[in-house]
Formats: sequence, structure tokens, C-alpha cells
Amino acid sequence: MGKLTFSMGGVHPHDSKFASERPIEVLPLPPTVYVSMAQHLGAPAKPVVAVGDRVKVGQVLGEPGGFISAFIHSPASGTVKSIAPRKDLAGNPVMHVEIAVEGDEWDPSVDLSQDLVTAIPDDKAMILDRIKACGVVGLGGATFPTHVKLNPPPGKVAECLIINGSECEPYLTSDYRIMLERPKEIIVGAAIMQKVLGGCKCVVGIEENKPAAIATMQAAIAELGYPGITVQVLKKRYPQGGEKQLIDAVMKRQVKSGGLPIDVGAVVQNATTAFSVYEAVQKNKPLITNILTVTGDDLPAERQHNYLFRIGVPFSYIAEYAGGIPASAAKIVSGGPMMGKAMSNLDATTVKGSSSVLYLSEASTRRHPETNCIRCGKCADACPMGLEPFLLNRLYKSADLEALEKNAAQDCIECGCCLYSCPAHIPLLDHIRQAKGQVMGVIRARAAAAKAAAEAAKK
Amino acid sequence: MTQTIIWTVAILTVLGLVLALILFWVARKFRVEEDPRIDEVEKVMPGANCGGCGFAGCRAFADAAVKATTLDNQYCPVGGDEVMQKVASILGFTVAKKAPQLAVVRCNGTCANRPRTNEYDGAQSCRVKAALYSGDTGCSYGCLGCGDCVAACQFGALSMDPETGLPVVDEEKCTACGACVKACPRHIIELRAKGPRGMREFVSCVNKDKGPVAKKACAAACIGCGLCAKTCQHGAITVTDNVAYIDFTKCKLCRECEAVCPTGAIHGVNFPKELDKDAVKKRIADRKAKAAEAAKAEAEKKEVANG
Repeated sequence: MGKLTFSMGGVHPHDSKFASERPIEVLPLPPTVYVSMAQHLGAPAKPVVAVGDRVKVGQVLGEPGGFISAFIHSPASGTVKSIAPRKDLAGNPVMHVEIAVEGDEWDPSVDLSQDLVTAIPDDKAMILDRIKACGVVGLGGATFPTHVKLNPPPGKVAECLIINGSECEPYLTSDYRIMLERPKEIIVGAAIMQKVLGGCKCVVGIEENKPAAIATMQAAIAELGYPGITVQVLKKRYPQGGEKQLIDAVMKRQVKSGGLPIDVGAVVQNATTAFSVYEAVQKNKPLITNILTVTGDDLPAERQHNYLFRIGVPFSYIAEYAGGIPASAAKIVSGGPMMGKAMSNLDATTVKGSSSVLYLSEASTRRHPETNCIRCGKCADACPMGLEPFLLNRLYKSADLEALEKNAAQDCIECGCCLYSCPAHIPLLDHIRQAKGQVMGVIRARAAAAKAAAEAAKK
Repeated sequence: MTQTIIWTVAILTVLGLVLALILFWVARKFRVEEDPRIDEVEKVMPGANCGGCGFAGCRAFADAAVKATTLDNQYCPVGGDEVMQKVASILGFTVAKKAPQLAVVRCNGTCANRPRTNEYDGAQSCRVKAALYSGDTGCSYGCLGCGDCVAACQFGALSMDPETGLPVVDEEKCTACGACVKACPRHIIELRAKGPRGMREFVSCVNKDKGPVAKKACAAACIGCGLCAKTCQHGAITVTDNVAYIDFTKCKLCRECEAVCPTGAIHGVNFPKELDKDAVKKRIADRKAKAAEAAKAEAEKKEVANG
């Protein structure tokens, strides 16, 4: 099979994968960790420990606060010092559990051996329970609880599990490193998810700019011999790692507006998520670690790092440990340069979905002054969802919610291709994101009203 | 030649008459009966169509007013009492007088009071900025300074002060339509009573953080110490979520709260004289001493009676 890609839009940002040759190092624990209770999409977790409690690594700190929510476990052993709001990286207060680290004593139920366990348990319910109990969430960025995704609603059948190894954001190398260093674990994790989904086929999608990862994953698949798992090489194009784009690329199917991947028989999971599923199911190890890239524009090669970090470590500690903040850094971003969030508060702590500390220089990050739209249509060409960003921008300014919904502002995946391609430097994404929020509010209010009306009619 | 002219004139005249008859008939047949008072009411309205009353425009307001049985639920903030009296007299209602209001910006996070902790480089819109993060200062409640309120004001009553980075309300131009109140994502702007001769007292801060945090972010923050609430003789001040609020319907403009506020978060404007803090503090201290003496005397009396 040739190289595939999605059918519409997309851009080609420069690669800048400077840290790709740096092996994963283990980041030591600081004296204090702060574990956020909102590390996933959906309702925040409810703390189940009290101040003064002694906790072990892997012990439950927070329980799911709703259907779409996840367990949160302790990344360190020690004493709970406080449970109080603390500012996250956007500066907004979020409930955090503060733990004074003492030693590194793990919960006895966790299997700490390094042996590869290839035998997959038969009981699907048990696998799902383990994934839920270990707090596994999607590590591709959205941190959607994995057990919810792996449990399609009745009547929907998964035909293809896609393991997302495209890592299309520039700079980031965490997925690449884990594919190189732990390929077998990822494949076992994929096979586990395959089993839960009823034995559908599984495709590992990797972009062509990672030939080493493609070779390693292919070798791991051949060695382990699980049926129905293949590697699909993808053309390099952003935002290939977007769920809907990846489905389009691999399966040639498009998810309709407002639909879910499962509607076209697809389930997408990130490569690192597959690794976490392996650890959860085979080792009963909760999700308390992830890989994070420390990289940047003007950073010398020896200061680029890939770290295996524990959640709850302050970003300031990571920056310090990695050699301090470079003088040329004008902006520090958590996540990739396209979709990541600029950090206004370095004292914020890492969460399950943290993927990078990215130092961007003034030249690469400064926005240019906005000028008038010249109707060139570059944004519409770049939009991978087939939207018309220039139109949505205008409709947002005139606050025409009806027209915004008609023109599918709610389908925006916030990839930033429009903003990236706009020669007039119009803050298209900023406005469309607002518009999306407003339209989603209208849609949700309408759904709630319809539900209430239906219930009233029943009575 | 002459005949052509005659025929043309004749045909056009007949055609005109026939069409006029059709138009007359249509106008009769499809006539919409409308209360003539709607036009009358609309005439006395300010005609700004700002939507401050909650209706789509002045005519929609007039329409609703004519159909309503009372004017209690309708108020034109732009025209104020004057217009409401006129509307009431046209429709034969009576309306109670409402104190004139105006928009008050409750943030004093000037560049000097509230140091910038980072630089914002995104779209110049408070709404966008508020959705992204807590802002470019340590205060996550204060003014974001992108001027959404200025853009929302149809009367040119708001402007950004380049020195402080905060919006300024022109008291002459503000009509209290409330557009800025809705535009501000941080809910800093409030409609408050204009006060006698424009004098009013308000807490110029909405920071809900605990005292030390608020103080660290901004020198002029309300730290929720409650001194003002304890001092107030009129029960006008409440402290909720670490921030004080002065109820303008109860405030008697004695300025005692302003004198005792340790951070200067309470502002008094348009007072003829500058506040002499020491004098007011002395007045409060004297009153307290007197009250303590009276209480002591009372206690002694009781003791004598008991003992």
C-alpha cells in the first residue's frame, strides 16, 4: 500500500523534531508534587484522601466526578499536605492535592517487573475495569477517558482500531521515542484494545518522516504475531493526528458533522495511550507517568530532552532540571506549537496529557499585526474540516449564531491551519474558537430543552 | 402626429386611473390596524435603538408598552424618567421615579497597581483573552484591557485610558443601557445609582482571591478584611467570597468605609471636598469609645441592680 493522507486541507509546518535522537530519561521527583483533580476531559475528579494521610505510589487520590471522568492516582509516596485550589497553567484555580514526597513506596498491587507480558486476559469486562480503575485517558492531547471510548454504545460496531503514531505537531518527539523504545508494549496494548472491541483489525498510522519508528513497529508486530495488526505509512501533513483526519487517511471514511468516529466504525487511540493500556491491564500500573519533550528553537542538542515524568511535577522544576529557561525564550508552550497552550504560570504542574515544554523564540512566536482580509481563500484551502474560516470570522463579528451553526462552526477542531496560512494575519482561530463555544452552547441548550420537553410529555 | 400624442395621453391617463383604483382597493383590503399610540410613543423615545430596555429597538418597546397593562416591567435607561413620564402620560399610566444610573468600572488595576506578569499577544478581544487564560497580570478577576466594553458602547461614553489601561466612563454620555455590562467577560462593570450630584461610593475591585493572594496581584485590591462592613452604620456593606460590596440603595455616602479601607479599594467620586481620612477615623474612634463607655455604664448599672 502506498502512503496515505486525509482528503481535505492541511498544512506543512516545518518539522523541527530536534529532540528525536534523545533517548527517554527518567525525571526524578521533586520534594513536593501537586496533583491536579482536572487532568481529563469531562467532570473533575473528587479527592478521596484527607490532609495528613500517608499515600503510596499508585494509590487512588481522586474518584471520577461523573460518567465522563477518570480516576487519579498518586504519583509519589508521602504525606498529603493540603487539598486546595492552585493555579493551572492558564492561571485558573483548579483543585490540587499536595503531597510531600517521602521515599518511593509503591502500592503492592502494582507489578513493577520489566518483563513483557504477552498473554492477553480473556475477560473483556475485567480489561475495561482495569483501564478505568487505572485512570487511563487519551494521551494524544484531548485526554478523553479511554474506557468510555473502548465501550461503544449498543448497536455500534468497531471495524478498525487506529493507533495514532503520526505525531504531526512540530517539535514533539515523545510518541516517536516511545515507539522506538517500547514498541512491543504498544503492540500488546493495541492487541488488548483490539480484543475489547471484538477483534476488529488494527492499523498503526505513522507519518513518513519517522522511518525508524515504522521499522521498529513493523518488527515488533512480526515478532509478537498478533493477527490483524498492520503499520500504515502516512504522508507528512498537519493535522494528520486529528481523530477525524486519521480516520479519513486510513479508512477513507469521513465522520459526518456532529458524529463520532464510532459512527463510521473507527476507534482512534494514541500510541502512548496504547502503552498505558498495556501497563494498566498487564501490570496493574495506573497512569501516573507520561513522556514529555523539552525542546525549543535555539536550544542546543544536548539540552533537548525526552523525560519520563510523573504527573504533578511543577513545570518550573522540569525547566530547572533541564538546565533552566533559555534566554531567547519569548514564549513557553505546553504541547505543540500549533495546538499547545502558552504557559502563563510555570508553577503549574504536569498532568496526564502534558507532552512538552517548548521554548519558542521571539521571531517564531510573535504575531504580526492584523491587516484586512484579501479574500485569497487560503484559510478555506487549509481547513481540514472543509470549513470557510474567513466566513466564520465575519459571522462571529456580526454575532450571527444561526448562520454560524449553518456553516458548521461547531465542527472546528481548533487545529490552527487557518491562522497558520492567513497572509493577513487575522486571528481566525481565536474568533472561530469563540464562535464554536457559543454555537455549542446553543446546541446544548436546545438538546437540554428537547430532553426536558420529552420528559414532560412522558409524564 | 397630433393624434398619436392624444392617444398616448389618453391611454396613460386611463392606465393611471385603473392602477390607482387597484392600489386603493388593495390598501383598503389588506390594511393593518395599528394602534396610533405606538407611533406617538415611538416619537418620544430617544430613537437610539440600543436595546438597553431589553427590546429589539424603540418601536418594539413602544409596541410592548401600548399592549402592556402596566409600565412596571419596562424602563428606557437612555431616556430615563423624563421619557418614561411622557410615555406614561400618552398611555395613561403612572410610573414611579427611578434613580438615574450609570456604568461603574469596578477595577483599579492600573499598570502601577497591578504589574504585568506576562505579555498577551493574541486577538485584541477581552472575550478571546478571558477564554484563553487568566490574563497578563496576577489578578484573574480584573480588567483585561482589550476594550470590549468600549466597542459595545453606542454612545461613545467609554474610552480606554492609555495611562492606566482601564476603561473610563464619561458620566455625561453614559445612558446606563447596560451594553458594556453584558460585553465584559469579567463582570467588572455594574450599573449603579448615579447618586445625588453624582456622588457615589463603590468598591473598585471584584477579586475573589484571599487577601494575601489578591494583594500580591494588585496593590489596590479588596482583600476582604471586612473593616468597611464593620464600620458601616447603615448595613450597606457585605463581604462575600473575600470581596466587599456596597449596596447603593442603602449607602448614605458618609465615606467612613473609604477612610478605613487599608488598600484604597473603596472609591468615592464627585464629592465636593477631598476625604480627610484622619478626621473620619477620629470620628469613628470617638463613636466607638462612646459606645464602649455606654456599654460599660450599662453593665455597671446592671451589676448594681443585681447586686
